[in-house]
Amino acid sequence: MNWVGNNLDLIWELTLVHLRQSVIAIILGFVLSLPLGWLAWRYRVARGGILTVTGLLYTIPSLALLMIIPVVVGLPAFNEINLIVALTIYAIALMTRSVTDGLTSVDPAVRLSATAMGYGGGRRFWAVDFPLAGPVILAGLRVTAVSTIALATVGALIGVTNLGYLFTNGSQRRIIPEVLAGIVAVVIIALVIDGLLIAAGRALMPWSRAQRRARRSRTAELPLEVSVA
Amino acid sequence: MNLIAEAIAWIFSGDPGAGLAPIPVALAQHLWFTFVSVLVAALIAVPLGWLIGHTGKGRDIAVAISGAARAIPSFGLLILLFLLLGVLRTTEAAIITFVLLAIPSILAGAYTGFEAIDRKIIDAARAMGMTEWQILWRVEVPLGLALLVAGLRSATLQVVATVTIAAFINLGGLGQYILAGLPLRRFDIVLGGALLVAALALVLDGIFALLQRASVPAGIRAGQSHHSVPQRSASARTAAAGAS
Repeated sequence: MNWVGNNLDLIWELTLVHLRQSVIAIILGFVLSLPLGWLAWRYRVARGGILTVTGLLYTIPSLALLMIIPVVVGLPAFNEINLIVALTIYAIALMTRSVTDGLTSVDPAVRLSATAMGYGGGRRFWAVDFPLAGPVILAGLRVTAVSTIALATVGALIGVTNLGYLFTNGSQRRIIPEVLAGIVAVVIIALVIDGLLIAAGRALMPWSRAQRRARRSRTAELPLEVSVA
Repeated sequence: MNLIAEAIAWIFSGDPGAGLAPIPVALAQHLWFTFVSVLVAALIAVPLGWLIGHTGKGRDIAVAISGAARAIPSFGLLILLFLLLGVLRTTEAAIITFVLLAIPSILAGAYTGFEAIDRKIIDAARAMGMTEWQILWRVEVPLGLALLVAGLRSATLQVVATVTIAAFINLGGLGQYILAGLPLRRFDIVLGGALLVAALALVLDGIFALLQRASVPAGIRAGQSHHSVPQRSASARTAAAGAS
């Protein structure tokens, strides 16, 4: 473990870079998936197309996507923008489905009541549909955030620097603590971000906790479709 | 876009050049690693998932472990095991990584398949005098099969993606073209390899989509012919899964 003590500065620096790359991708993915998920929920015609395309994008292995993006975007492969674009694509692929499912989970009677009370399209979406879809969207966002942070390490294979550098460098120099430090750092970041999302959810949606406790015994949770490495 | 034409030309050139293995060999390696790992993972996760689904016990632990497993970067785990087990056991290190990666999805597919079954059906089966084994094999397994196949599908895609990365520890597979082409600045090879991997993933996904459809018992399929309600509710729960 000597290596870790001597390289705390490096680990910290890489952690910040890693955090920056993943957080940008998570936020972009979240923001872009809202209109996409809404479109897929609102228009039956769009649903099949949007959900199929995002589903297919998600199946493409990350290393392949990381090599295809530079050709399409026209940047050198080692530029971190390629990694952020790839991570954003995966985030959109995961989140769009959650947004659609979240909006579907809103009781139509509630929506009708809101309309009857005089809520117009835009206001009804932000004041009624979006908050009520919140718990499902948040669940999707948590999965997305954790997988994005773990997935970002693959960037090291194409020369983008982040915590993945500890894996490639540790492998070449055969320093086991270095690789272990990288894994631990990634897991810690993922857990911290996940904890922040849970806290944000509790602060913004205080009603969802009571509901979940009531529903807990009945609903099955399906942690399928986790990260494609 | 010219590069894409060059990449496709490279794929069909018949000789990958630069001392690399021919494409069919790399493809066979890739498929072999994927198949063996998913098979081993299924042998572990399916009985366990069925046990959790049938008894309803241990589910919280399974959810917690699956959630935590998602945070572990498989690329890092692969290299850690590679260094721990040594150069002579590269294959074992890789297979262990892939199996660990595939287990959570298959486990979740197995137990949620059982949980998604209407409890009344199980009660009816028990009331008809079926033994627990009969309930398991003749009611729960057939009805839960579609979600199990969905779990196998996402596990397979994750493993295919990670086998690509495994070329970093000289395991062969289609990822070798991407990683070997980069330092050589042979971007036709890099992009060709990437296109092959993407195509393989899409083909496997398509095969599983068909399997998933075929795995719904005929009686259930008749009931859902015009609206895809059960499918939607299943996916809603997928999203609701959270990392909880």
